[in-house]
Amino acid sequence: MRHGKYPFIIGFLAVPVALYATFVVAAYVQTFQLSLTSWSGFGVIKYVGFDNFVKLWEDELFWKSLRHNAYLLFLLPILTIALALVFAFLLNVGGGTKGGVTRGVWGSKFYRVIFFFPQLMALAIVAVIFGRVFSSDKSGMLNGLFPDSWSPWLFLADERWALTCILAVLVWQAVGFYVVLFSAGMGSIGEEIYEAAALDGATRVTLFFRITLPLLWNTIQTGWVYLGIAAFDAFALVNIMTVDRGGPDGATSVLAMMIYRNTFEYSQVGYASALGVVLFFLTLTFAALTLRVTRRDAV
Amino acid sequence: MSNLTATAPSETVVTPKAEKTHRELRAFNGLAHLALIFWALVTAGPLLWVVLASFKSNTEIFLGEPFALPSTFSLETYLSAWDQAHIGQYFLNSVLVVVISTAGTMLFGSMAAYVLARYSFFGNRFLYYLFVSGLAFPTFMALGPLFHILKNMGLLNSYLGLILVYIAYSLPFTVFFLAAFFKTLPHEIDEAATVDGASHTRKFFQIMMPMAKSGLVSITIFNIVGQWNQYLLPLVIMQGQGAEEKWVLTQGIANISTQAGYHAEWSTLFAALTLSILPMIVVYAIFQRQIQAGLTAGAVK
Repeated sequence: MRHGKYPFIIGFLAVPVALYATFVVAAYVQTFQLSLTSWSGFGVIKYVGFDNFVKLWEDELFWKSLRHNAYLLFLLPILTIALALVFAFLLNVGGGTKGGVTRGVWGSKFYRVIFFFPQLMALAIVAVIFGRVFSSDKSGMLNGLFPDSWSPWLFLADERWALTCILAVLVWQAVGFYVVLFSAGMGSIGEEIYEAAALDGATRVTLFFRITLPLLWNTIQTGWVYLGIAAFDAFALVNIMTVDRGGPDGATSVLAMMIYRNTFEYSQVGYASALGVVLFFLTLTFAALTLRVTRRDAV
Repeated sequence: MSNLTATAPSETVVTPKAEKTHRELRAFNGLAHLALIFWALVTAGPLLWVVLASFKSNTEIFLGEPFALPSTFSLETYLSAWDQAHIGQYFLNSVLVVVISTAGTMLFGSMAAYVLARYSFFGNRFLYYLFVSGLAFPTFMALGPLFHILKNMGLLNSYLGLILVYIAYSLPFTVFFLAAFFKTLPHEIDEAATVDGASHTRKFFQIMMPMAKSGLVSITIFNIVGQWNQYLLPLVIMQGQGAEEKWVLTQGIANISTQAGYHAEWSTLFAALTLSILPMIVVYAIFQRQIQAGLTAGAVK
């Protein structure tokens, strides 16, 4: 009956494993290896021990980029999840109860469809659109909306605000996805739980904090990890939207941008690989920490 | 009297309290709508603005009335975006690459997932975790090595290279998701087919694949959207002599945006953006339920 099991298994696994090993596993393994070399991308590979990591420790741009990633890492999940939770709650429970059934507000389907759309768009295209929205003259959407008496805002050209613009775009794109995700979670919370709470005289605010939030905790946790990983990236936005790709004056530089430039523009593949290794451990630490710190007993 | 719940009859008796909650409810509903309309405007506003600006002349764009209607509606900018700015070409390139790479991802991904989920053999766990660990690595940390691997294989600046890399980088999530899915399928049918003499391969294609249809649809949508929107990988792979003609849509748009800055051809850029968003809106309008389900599937698991 189990005749020919092994030829079948090998036949099915050969191509996927070969592709994965060649383009993914090999590339990651080489990143670790190259982080210990001074390779420029051409010629012989020379091992230099931990020189790259020492250099990185002293690189001001590295610390700056790291701070920017940390800023996004902290604010992107908080803002996105808070907004998404509020909207999802309004959509699902906001309508109050009728005949014992908790309803969403009128038109909730329509809102959900609109909110979700940005998630479908490529980050690269979103970046091009918002590069124009934030334009520092009257051709920009925001400056165009401001009254004529205001002097134009610089947005991306202003060191103090450029990174906040990036953050705003990331939030803009992500909120709808989490509204849909949390809505699905809220939909699965039993009607009778809300009824029982309403019977006890719970207000909407109480409902939100005492019932919705705890029961959604697992979904929120997953969302937090996803958004954190997105915050480590932000490459497309920085590369397309910002002044001098990471500017002005390094004000929007992030690790992904540094890796790209060191690999393809400064011929510093070794250094870029060291940055990649640091990034890998940061991502891993973040994911592990989030899952641990936010762990709660099942409700 | 929507505030009166069947489960709280006491409120129907105490009229003043009912009045009060009624008013509160209305105020709350009003605020809720205000907040939701606000976000709907924030979401749709920039897109609407792009469409309007695509019909405007440069002078009109710089007038600073972003939501004013254009003075004339002509498709000239669209023709120039399609033709001179090569949006048509980029669009077709994207379609070509994504059709093949998603098909490949689904075929190889489901084959690997099926075997890993339902057959026990030496090394099974190792391979499974090898695939799944790919989820923890950010794509851009290995850009340099990936570039040189492709260069050594002569696959740089070729669709084949791009497609193979798309497939490889889509496998972790596809395998992770589908393996979990194949595990849940009942074993009885599987065994019955074996008794009837179906081969392993036939069982996979004629019994398991149809049974896994809902999971396959979700993950196919997930991969189409993910690969269509990819920007970093094509940027790394499609460079070199004559690469411009092979660019995919995301790359093309980013480049038009840079060019528009030099030549002050903003309306062409807006037309190009509209052309690249419009098909998505149409597809989304038709399949919005499936698309939402497909994209959120990963997070729910």
